[in-house]
Amino acid sequence: MSEFWLMCWEFFKTGLFAVGGGLATVPFLREMSVKYGWFTMEKLTTMIAVSESTPGPIGINMATYVGYETFGIPGAIGATLSLVTPSIIVICVIAKMLEKFRTSKIVQGVFTGLRPAVVGFILSAVISIFLISLFCIPEFQASGNMLDLFNWKGILLFAALLAFTSWKKDLHPIFMILIAAAAGILFSF
Amino acid sequence: MKEYWNLYSAWFHIGLFTFGGGYAMLPMIQKEVIEKHHWASEDEIMDYYAIGQITPGVIAVNTATFVGYKQKGIPGAIICTLGVVSPSLIIITVIAGLIANFSEIPAVQSALRGIQVAVCVLMVNAIIKLFRKGVTDIPSFLICAAAFILSYFTNISTVVLVIAAGITGYVLFTVRGLKEADHE
Repeated sequence: MSEFWLMCWEFFKTGLFAVGGGLATVPFLREMSVKYGWFTMEKLTTMIAVSESTPGPIGINMATYVGYETFGIPGAIGATLSLVTPSIIVICVIAKMLEKFRTSKIVQGVFTGLRPAVVGFILSAVISIFLISLFCIPEFQASGNMLDLFNWKGILLFAALLAFTSWKKDLHPIFMILIAAAAGILFSF
Repeated sequence: MKEYWNLYSAWFHIGLFTFGGGYAMLPMIQKEVIEKHHWASEDEIMDYYAIGQITPGVIAVNTATFVGYKQKGIPGAIICTLGVVSPSLIIITVIAGLIANFSEIPAVQSALRGIQVAVCVLMVNAIIKLFRKGVTDIPSFLICAAAFILSYFTNISTVVLVIAAGITGYVLFTVRGLKEADHE
């Protein structure tokens, strides 16, 4: 199987198993990054930022971005179409038996397990993103100095933004991303 | 033909004017699908949304597929889905190209490193919200913890873990149902 079709297959699986919306695709993308090295975790973090601050569903934006990074414009189209194909099939089937689906004991049961599990999956992807954004593991390994482990500027900005968002809860992601970009340039991150 | 075009362009609009997906999308869907074209009632959209959240895939795409299927069967489902993903394809491709071209500039690199921190904050806030909604008792906490440990510390694929979580949930739900039946 050529690399291109392998990527499409990975996105098809993501579309089929990522339950709970856009962010639920992040654990699958992390797995792709680790397994195939198509993009780095650092790049994935940029993709999340761009996907959150541009129009369109986050999951679709992420697929387009990953596809483009890996195989250019054909990759963008291939990844996106592969991601949505399972949805089209699954929803067309469900639309035919809407009532049955809604009251099904099996569906309710499966969802009892999926809902908390998805939180755990996303958390594990978030921790990987934390490690590359707020810590400097390569520098620490090189020098062995504990002080080198932390990205101090990043941690300060993180604390400031977290405090700001808990005060102003409805702040749009775009504004936070713009503030962070400005801070990054100003304090030469 | 005109009906297909209407479906495509309505969902293109929805894709173009919503930032962030999920619930951010509802006002646009209400305007285009309910008020302008009368393709679905408010109740139907809420149903589609609820089902979109518990079925695999992106919620916006699931909702688009539902509306399209109801209007024009499978071709309608495909047209609506293509409509809602088209703006992303165009915009993201342009931005990805720009970032790739400008990523060598030191100021851009600094900005991107700042943005990574913002993503951490966004994800923390999202996780807290999801946790409050999805983890409500001890069994769900245990499932969440097990899901985290297995996905972070092992190489087991997420697909396998999702299936395992679904089965665990089903067993738990059934056992609970039996216990309640015993008490009655």
